[in-house]
Amino acid sequence: MDWFPLWNSLRIAAISSVLVFFTGIAAAYYAFRLPRMVKGVLDVVLTLPLVLPPTVVGYFLLLLFGTRRPLGIALESIGVKFVMTWYGGVIAAAVVAFPLLYRTARGAFEAFDETLAQAGQTLGLSNTYIFWRIRMPACRQGIFAGIVLAFARALGEYGATSMLIGYTPGRTATISTTVYQLWRTGDDRHALYWVLINLAISAAVLLTVNLLEHRQRKGVHRT
Amino acid sequence: MSLLVDIHRQLGDFTLDVSFDTGDLVTGLLGASGCGKSMTLQCIAGVQTPDSGRIVLDGETLFDSARGINLPPQKRRVGYLFQHYALFPHMTVEKNILCGLHGEKDKAVRRQRVREMVELLQLEGLEQHRPSELSGGQAQRAALARMLVSQPRLLLLDEPFSALDSHLRDQLQPQFLHLLRTYGRQAVLVTHSRDEAYHLCTRLCIMDEGRMLRTGGTKEVFADPGSEPAARLTGCKNIAPAVKAGAYEVDVPSWGVRLTSAKPVPDGLRAVGLRAHYFHPRAAANRFAVQPVDALEEPFEWILLFRYVGQDSTSPALWWRIPKDKKPAVMPPALGIAPENVLLLT
Repeated sequence: MDWFPLWNSLRIAAISSVLVFFTGIAAAYYAFRLPRMVKGVLDVVLTLPLVLPPTVVGYFLLLLFGTRRPLGIALESIGVKFVMTWYGGVIAAAVVAFPLLYRTARGAFEAFDETLAQAGQTLGLSNTYIFWRIRMPACRQGIFAGIVLAFARALGEYGATSMLIGYTPGRTATISTTVYQLWRTGDDRHALYWVLINLAISAAVLLTVNLLEHRQRKGVHRT
Repeated sequence: MSLLVDIHRQLGDFTLDVSFDTGDLVTGLLGASGCGKSMTLQCIAGVQTPDSGRIVLDGETLFDSARGINLPPQKRRVGYLFQHYALFPHMTVEKNILCGLHGEKDKAVRRQRVREMVELLQLEGLEQHRPSELSGGQAQRAALARMLVSQPRLLLLDEPFSALDSHLRDQLQPQFLHLLRTYGRQAVLVTHSRDEAYHLCTRLCIMDEGRMLRTGGTKEVFADPGSEPAARLTGCKNIAPAVKAGAYEVDVPSWGVRLTSAKPVPDGLRAVGLRAHYFHPRAAANRFAVQPVDALEEPFEWILLFRYVGQDSTSPALWWRIPKDKKPAVMPPALGIAPENVLLLT
């Protein structure tokens, strides 16, 4: 059996989760300080990929990165191509998974007690220190949940991915596109293998989350 | 030691206009909630920025809108004790205290300074506890330790006792005052409790709706609050509209009496206040016939409610507070009050 789809899905999900971690947290942090009106509009734009059908997201991505589009042409001239490549899959998965992290992180930041940041400032701690050592740890549960959701969503991405990078065995095939392709060509037995692999990964991710949460809870109540 | 604050800030409908100048060890900002006391402290600390004005501490300008100076809070070296202490929840007490020492790189010195603070604030044995495991009093001491270890030049104390049970509050105030005296730096204390203000502050600023009503020595402010809101905030129970009747005389139409004052009556007089403790059945001055209305019993005092015989029926009964052992068997027919205890309010 060709294991490429497993490796490809995992690297796409992992890299897009890292991208989404930084962009989602930055967006959440700056969005919640904006004036209410601007925040409302921005919030809609940033959350849209969550509610749009993934094929619509894929359509927009093709509009942007298509090989005959200005941005696509410009990128290709410096040797970057997002259409029909595995790193195009990273972009597709990141866009679809972004709102999950952005929204959970924003909720966590909104619940954060600002007096903690102010206390840090009056103690002379730098704003960078306050962000990474006080704000982030205090919001860690919400942000952690967001990362897991984003990773799981990126791993299961099908619609936008198939539109942007298609299905090329050994080059762009992911678990989800492989399942569809195998089923379509009547290879039910192999399709079932991939379904079982996908189930195993998802169960492992959720199990890890539960174990980590359990350990965290014990840590907080240590006496 | 000196602190000068003269700031203006507009926030929606609320206008903050505060100006005071103090060299006292503990200066109180007394006011009802929402009057802008905490906002004033936040402006001094630099976590909020006033629209205009000036803040000068010991000759160093922290904020001056005209000269474009606005030091970040990190550079002000001003300690802030938050109402709910703002201890970092994911850190132990020791790590919280170490946050006040980030500038000290020498590990031995850091350990030494933490140990000193732990001893000074009786936190022995709690170093490895998290804030969620501390009682209210312990959390207050941990927050004090974290603030003091950074050696601030000025202490800002935002309702430090409001998160504590009342018995603990009374017990902790003397220790707190002792600590402030030991540390020896200026402090500004925000409170809505007149008892707390009287116990801890030598100087008092009374605030109402973003404005400064009265500033002065604490005793002086209690003896002559100057305005009706200030009289209420300092605990005066009996206040009624009044008009000037002579150089030392005021008419109080709703009580049906003419009172004599010790101080000359100002032209802009609007009301008088009589503190509930100062009535006396045998006082000769300002003596008028009264009728009993009701009595409220407190643990150590009685509150006797009465009306003047000529009192307007729509005006509320007056309060007379008296220790239990001094309570007369029957309400005396008349009560007097010394002219120096007639508060003239403009």
